[in-house]
Amino acid sequence: MDSIVKRMRSNGVLGLNRRNGDYILKMNNRKFFPLVDDKVLCKERLQERGLAVPELIAVASYMQQAARLGELVGQHKEFVIKPAHGSGGDGILVIKDRKSDYFVDSDGNLVKPADLEHHITNVIGGLYSLGGQPDVAMIESLVHFDPAFTGLTYHGVPDIRVIVYSGYPVMAMVRLPTRESHGKANLHQGAIGVGVDMATGITVGGVSGNSPVSLHPDTGSEITGFQIPHWSRIVSMAAQCFEAVELGYLGVDIVLDQTHGPLILELNARPGLNIQIANRRGLRHRLDAVDNLGELQERPEQRVEWACHTFGDPQSDLLTQAPW
Amino acid sequence: MTRNRQWMVLSLLLVALGGLTFAYKVVRLGYPVLPDETGEQWLVQARVEIEPVKGPARASLLLPVRSTGFTVSDESFVSRDFGLTIDEDMFRRQAHWAIRSLEGDRVLYYRATVMKDTRNQRFANKPDTPAVPELEEPFASAMADLVEEVKTESADAQSFAAEILDHLQNSPDDANWKLFLEDVESPLEHARLAQTILATEQIPSMLVHGILLKKDVQRAAIHSMLAVWDGEHWLLFNPETGQQGRPEEFMIWWRGTETLAGVSGALINDLQISVKKRMRSSLELASRRTELKDSFIGRISLLHLPVQTQSVYEVLLLVPFGILIIVLLRNFIGLSSFGTFAPVLIALAFRETELVKGILLFMMIVSLGLVFRFYLERLRLLLVPRLAAVVTIVVLLMTAISLFSDRLGTETGLSVSLFPMVIISMVIERMSIVWEERGAMTSIREGLGSLLMASLAYSVISIDVLEYWVTVFPEVNLIVLGLIVALGRYTGFRLTELIRFRQLAGRNP
Repeated sequence: MDSIVKRMRSNGVLGLNRRNGDYILKMNNRKFFPLVDDKVLCKERLQERGLAVPELIAVASYMQQAARLGELVGQHKEFVIKPAHGSGGDGILVIKDRKSDYFVDSDGNLVKPADLEHHITNVIGGLYSLGGQPDVAMIESLVHFDPAFTGLTYHGVPDIRVIVYSGYPVMAMVRLPTRESHGKANLHQGAIGVGVDMATGITVGGVSGNSPVSLHPDTGSEITGFQIPHWSRIVSMAAQCFEAVELGYLGVDIVLDQTHGPLILELNARPGLNIQIANRRGLRHRLDAVDNLGELQERPEQRVEWACHTFGDPQSDLLTQAPW
Repeated sequence: MTRNRQWMVLSLLLVALGGLTFAYKVVRLGYPVLPDETGEQWLVQARVEIEPVKGPARASLLLPVRSTGFTVSDESFVSRDFGLTIDEDMFRRQAHWAIRSLEGDRVLYYRATVMKDTRNQRFANKPDTPAVPELEEPFASAMADLVEEVKTESADAQSFAAEILDHLQNSPDDANWKLFLEDVESPLEHARLAQTILATEQIPSMLVHGILLKKDVQRAAIHSMLAVWDGEHWLLFNPETGQQGRPEEFMIWWRGTETLAGVSGALINDLQISVKKRMRSSLELASRRTELKDSFIGRISLLHLPVQTQSVYEVLLLVPFGILIIVLLRNFIGLSSFGTFAPVLIALAFRETELVKGILLFMMIVSLGLVFRFYLERLRLLLVPRLAAVVTIVVLLMTAISLFSDRLGTETGLSVSLFPMVIISMVIERMSIVWEERGAMTSIREGLGSLLMASLAYSVISIDVLEYWVTVFPEVNLIVLGLIVALGRYTGFRLTELIRFRQLAGRNP
């Protein structure tokens, strides 16, 4: 066991305790947490900075608003209901279509308006928020993902998670929804995480839960060696989020929209550690490299260039030497 | 860097402060480190309930006499309106209560604090030689045969007595013994018969009565022993087994043929002797010494608080130990539970119910609660009213379980009321959400995880020594705090992460 700990340490694996103690507590000032924990606030902030986000349709803050569903969603046929203070993808309801009085969710099930209203009241009541605080429900437009991902996803929208450390994008992965994850892109709900080469934006092998996969379980497509479109824009947007929310250790979730290109879906002040398994690499060596820079570069473009150069994998050799 | 060291300094300071206070109390003030058995005290109470008959009433009670094994350190009588006199000589003490007219039932109390006493005490004076009993035939010749038989098998008074008791026990078929044993049933009657036989050989003997100070009892049984004079000492025999020697827990109360309590002009409705173990005397000694020295540090102990307050703080002061376990389980092992410290509160409830029963009750309430919760989900209640409904249902379930178990005559169900109902309701709510979002398996697994953590926390806070420590040395919690601070800076891997990231432990990824 001792040697496992040693090898993991020498491979730079970051554990939860160290993430919390040495990175989140040190790099993320509490006063900026609300900026990312409240998705409505976060959206406004990003928009002010000129960063693209999915369009906000409405915000329901009172129980009575839930009953007036028509006013909230208007004529929109597709939308997503999210708790503004949700975490881990809980409480997100995706509506793809409307059939007469009913709505259709991402799995194709019919949803009664009453069910939808109940969901909104649950959200407002604080069921999904941290600590059960009263919350607001945000309704935003549904993202139509880039057709490039068609073979790699089952329902839902795949997203790209980039870890931004002190403004430097240090590691990234693509999260692919599966049947098991009900169209959600959260790894602990069953989505697949796929590592991404920072220099090229090419995927390098995936993980489902905690075990490695190379084919999408529902579509059967190869998930490695896939070129993510708009890669340079994605990393550059991620890097700019540092200026927007001033959190030193940040997870940026980006989706690729068919027409609008990369959109920032949400930010996360406590990003998970599965990204290491997806990339088959530990985070710490990269974080240390940024720490060792001494002086940080001010312009996002410079930081992106340095990071992609430093963390890019010239040989993309992971595919061939995968130990399993 | 300074901040990095600060936690270490703080942690060491706390541990040192707690440790030094502890050490000071042990070394300088003489508080025992462990709850010691040698200095234990017993609270013995005799309760006599009398009923008036006519005219002036009198009641008497024999009191414990000083003898080998135990000594009475403190005694008191509760007998309002009664006149009290005490007859006392070397080997016999008796209390007399008297009242001119007795109206209604009354209860008289005698209370004594009894301590172990290792000194040998004279048991009774050198006795007179007993008169040889005069028996009629066929008893006389049977007795002669019987004594002859025992005599050949024994050498002195001691072995003679032992043989008699042995025969009384083991040869009821022999015609001679049978004759005597016909009307003999109780151990006391055995002993009386043995006395008669001993008297034919002019060996002095007497009966000795007392109680066993072994554990707390509401109604202690009176045990009688046979004392035999071997020419120099009194030897005690167990009349049932023939075993010689005073059992360590046996406290001699009175001797001879008298009865413990007597009345005239009244009836005895009930006579009850209860025994209760008390706080260690060496501890009392230490705390008395503290008062004399007027030591501030020595005063930091719960012993100076009223008893009920003591027991409340005893529980409160155990909480940090449970929490320390939760810290270890979460940050070192990597387990998670519903509600950060909910397992500690559940563990506290287990203290009253015991572990297995506690787990069963907990599972029963949670699973029944879940059933109701799933039904409520269909009613589309808003969050807060729904939570309130779950809490109410949990309270009703707890009441139902209590009533049901009362009907069945088991007391376990009654302690269910100590379960933290709000915590349980939150567990039910969280479980049902996880159930819907991540599936039944995940939900049940996490629920059982919480239960496991509660059981582990319970197994720590139920250690007897800890309970004693937090009462006498509340400063141990400073050590706990120091440890928690130190653990708070542990940034290494959690045990579960070794499994989670095992693929990343390759040689050269």
